[in-house]
Amino acid sequence: MINLTINGEQHELDVPDNMPLLWALRDVVGMKGTKFGCGIAQCGACTVHVDGVAMRSCVTPVSAARGEITTIEAMAEDPVGSQVQQAWLDLGVAQCGYCQGGQIMTATALLKKNPEPDTQEVIDAMSGNLCRCGTYNRILAAVERAAGKGDKA
Amino acid sequence: MSRSDDTVLLANVSRRGLLKGLVGGSALVLAARWDLALGNEEAQYGAGAMPGGWVDNPNVFIHIDTDGTVTIINNRAEMGQGIRTSLVMVAADELGADWDRVRAEQAEGNQEKYGNQNTDGSRSMRHWYDPMRRAASAARQMLEQAAANEWDVPVHEVKAGIHKVTHPASGRELGFGDLAEAARSLEVPGRETLILKSDSELRFIGKETGLVNGELTADHPKAIDGKDIVTGKAVFGADIDLEDTLYAVVARPPVYGATVKSVNDSDALKVPGVRKVIRIEGAAQPAAFNPLGGVAVVADNTWAAMEGRRALKIEWDNEPAGDNAGYSSDPYRATLEKAAQSPGKVIRQSGDVDAALKNADKRVAATYYMPHMAQAPMEPPVAVVRISEGKAEAWAPVQHPGAARQGIAGLLDMDPENVTVHQTLLGGGFGRKSKPDFVAEAAVVAKEFEGRPIKLQWSREDDIQHAFFHAVSVDHLEASLDGEGKATGWLHRTLSPSIASLFAPDPKHKGAFELGMGFNTMPFSIPSIRLENPPAPAHVRIGWFRSVYNLPHAWAIQSFAHEMAVAAGKDHRDYVLELLGPGRKVNNLTLGDSWNYGEDPDLYPIDTGRMRRVIERATEEAGWGRKMEKGRGLGLAFHHSFVAYTAIVFDVEVADNGEVIIHRADIAFDCGPQANPERIRSQMEGSCVMGIGIALQNEISFKDGVAEQSNFDRYLLPRMPNAPKVVRVHLIDNPGDAMGGVGEPGLPPVAPALCNAIYAATGKRIRRLPVGDQLS
Repeated sequence: MINLTINGEQHELDVPDNMPLLWALRDVVGMKGTKFGCGIAQCGACTVHVDGVAMRSCVTPVSAARGEITTIEAMAEDPVGSQVQQAWLDLGVAQCGYCQGGQIMTATALLKKNPEPDTQEVIDAMSGNLCRCGTYNRILAAVERAAGKGDKA
Repeated sequence: MSRSDDTVLLANVSRRGLLKGLVGGSALVLAARWDLALGNEEAQYGAGAMPGGWVDNPNVFIHIDTDGTVTIINNRAEMGQGIRTSLVMVAADELGADWDRVRAEQAEGNQEKYGNQNTDGSRSMRHWYDPMRRAASAARQMLEQAAANEWDVPVHEVKAGIHKVTHPASGRELGFGDLAEAARSLEVPGRETLILKSDSELRFIGKETGLVNGELTADHPKAIDGKDIVTGKAVFGADIDLEDTLYAVVARPPVYGATVKSVNDSDALKVPGVRKVIRIEGAAQPAAFNPLGGVAVVADNTWAAMEGRRALKIEWDNEPAGDNAGYSSDPYRATLEKAAQSPGKVIRQSGDVDAALKNADKRVAATYYMPHMAQAPMEPPVAVVRISEGKAEAWAPVQHPGAARQGIAGLLDMDPENVTVHQTLLGGGFGRKSKPDFVAEAAVVAKEFEGRPIKLQWSREDDIQHAFFHAVSVDHLEASLDGEGKATGWLHRTLSPSIASLFAPDPKHKGAFELGMGFNTMPFSIPSIRLENPPAPAHVRIGWFRSVYNLPHAWAIQSFAHEMAVAAGKDHRDYVLELLGPGRKVNNLTLGDSWNYGEDPDLYPIDTGRMRRVIERATEEAGWGRKMEKGRGLGLAFHHSFVAYTAIVFDVEVADNGEVIIHRADIAFDCGPQANPERIRSQMEGSCVMGIGIALQNEISFKDGVAEQSNFDRYLLPRMPNAPKVVRVHLIDNPGDAMGGVGEPGLPPVAPALCNAIYAATGKRIRRLPVGDQLS
């Protein structure tokens, strides 16, 4: 049995130790916001926070996910996460939307650690997240917008 | 969007329908069927000529609840182009609905009911704008009639406003919800009686909103799925959650056409959670959209299925694959390049190219290569299928639910009436999901588990190695210039395997729909022209990839036009404007093209005036001709595709280490009338980034019939640092022409514009894509 704390709730899962957190979240816990994109930590669609740090859940075995796991489903309740989400909506960032949960998780982790990143810091932080629709310019603008709001909040 | 007349009366197409009310419940109204309600059977072009045609019956598309909620059915796949917002917005605007009380519902796959649902070819808005406006106009007039009846006043005295109908003379008003029930008993007004709103009455259509070149302008109707996307609630294919679901993955033959010789599944069956291992029979070549065959592992969760697959020991039989097993990209490229030196099937000819080349003051010749590419949508193919009691039900991110329905019915020998396909959101499509082979696979597995839903998930490796690949291509061009550098002759040989090889014995030549994508429609005004298409065999599944054959054609033609300008010692923009000649409308039939994206040549000529305009706009906005510092240059390309016009100028710097830094992109785009400029801009921005990947990174190469790349570690896609620092989209205000496509026409000119800019910056000519490490 594996015990996980996901968005503040305890879950006891009967899964093998090496099952990636991604599949435990999606297929066992039934939380579908975290997406499968590549399985080798190359695209970032599966990004979650473990103790506030952005992690690729597709290569994180459940046995290593010791800590507070936070997923996109909890971002609306998160002060920084909700600002990031609002910036995404204000600027019409998403096209297909599949990668955007992961993008928002990476952006939120960045802004929590560095509330006023410069443009290069945003680009560096976001460069591990792929978007096949090519929304990068709007993602960058939205992260900077959310950071600006963070100042005022 | 604006039209020349303020009031548009519709053509006299008399097909009336009767409203049949829904019985019981609060849900009203506009919901029944209008007998056949198909498109115009005689149509030769446009929406009416598509399978299923168009439908403009309000009963099919618009439902109003008694609480005032307006539900608009979207019959096109949402894959990032924003059609669920844009098309619903068109209907809501015409209806007069309050956007906050509008919801979208996705149509299931049923072309008899919903008209054509094959979401490809950049057709959704251009084919559905008019029918959706008519449907909404009819619904609005029914609501007005219902109010007039209620108040016992002539209908011309009442007026629909925003989500209500008023009687100004008496000051009375009723909400759409209040009228919904009464409206349902009314007859649908005939098309000839419909009056569409004038431009001044429209709130959303054609209005610039949202983010415009870095500035946030007016609020736009909130994206239908926006909130769900940012909160993780949006439902894509893999997010379908049914009770008792089993999970499957498939090991497919690495070589196209190979089969399973033997499989040892004893280790796989020992993996905890694995239930069953099933052999899937593959279709013989050509495989069309049928499964490739292989071995399916079915388990309690996706991870267990993947672990089980890893433990399989499979011996493949390459014998049935024939020479596909010997397919390797380097020798294949050499073969095509050699074939490009000899004459091929003549597609279009005028004047005497041989004489022009012989008598030239200067000759220019170049050969261009574009490799295979995989669409690689962020959401890999996935489908959920449940079969029980002779019926199949599927949930899948498909561009064409009708094809998925036919595919399941065909494979399982079922009546399509017993097959239901629910269309989820697509996590990107780009052509990959127009081929529903993955749904058919899930159905084959589901057949073994009667009553239980099977979720069949493709891994990224599956997706990249078993794509329907963008065709590899070689294009060879020669031109003759006179003493002034003016072009006198143009020879172009194009070689690519054809998509037709998926469906029939390999024709080895491109079909009309492939040649018509920018090859024979090349609009330059040159006295002698010969276009040829030598043969090129297919050894893998070739399929549609966003913009399709426009990609190699635009890449070669636009690169070569720049090479000619350089050879002539002329400015590139001035030179191509001269090649185009004065603005004129060219009928595609006179260029040997019978396709024209399925559109009427009279409505959609190839208009060199519009082409000139996008070139002029993009170059002006980019500051064409300005002095550039060393290592930096401007590059231009333009292209007509999907009955729209795009020109791009890149401002590019190439660092000493070969890194390409894109300072700015200026994109001018003319699609005629614009339904939702906000999403048009977003498509242009996205096309720009995707095209940068085509130019710099994307390549699938084959060795002995097997794709050498399998994931994003080696199949490189653009990331944020690859995007231009600034992208500016300049939409041409052109309400007078017929509406063009949006999703695809932005892509073809990107790679040549970027490579032309690289030349301007470095003097290095790129003739083989991707650029990769050619600059370092």
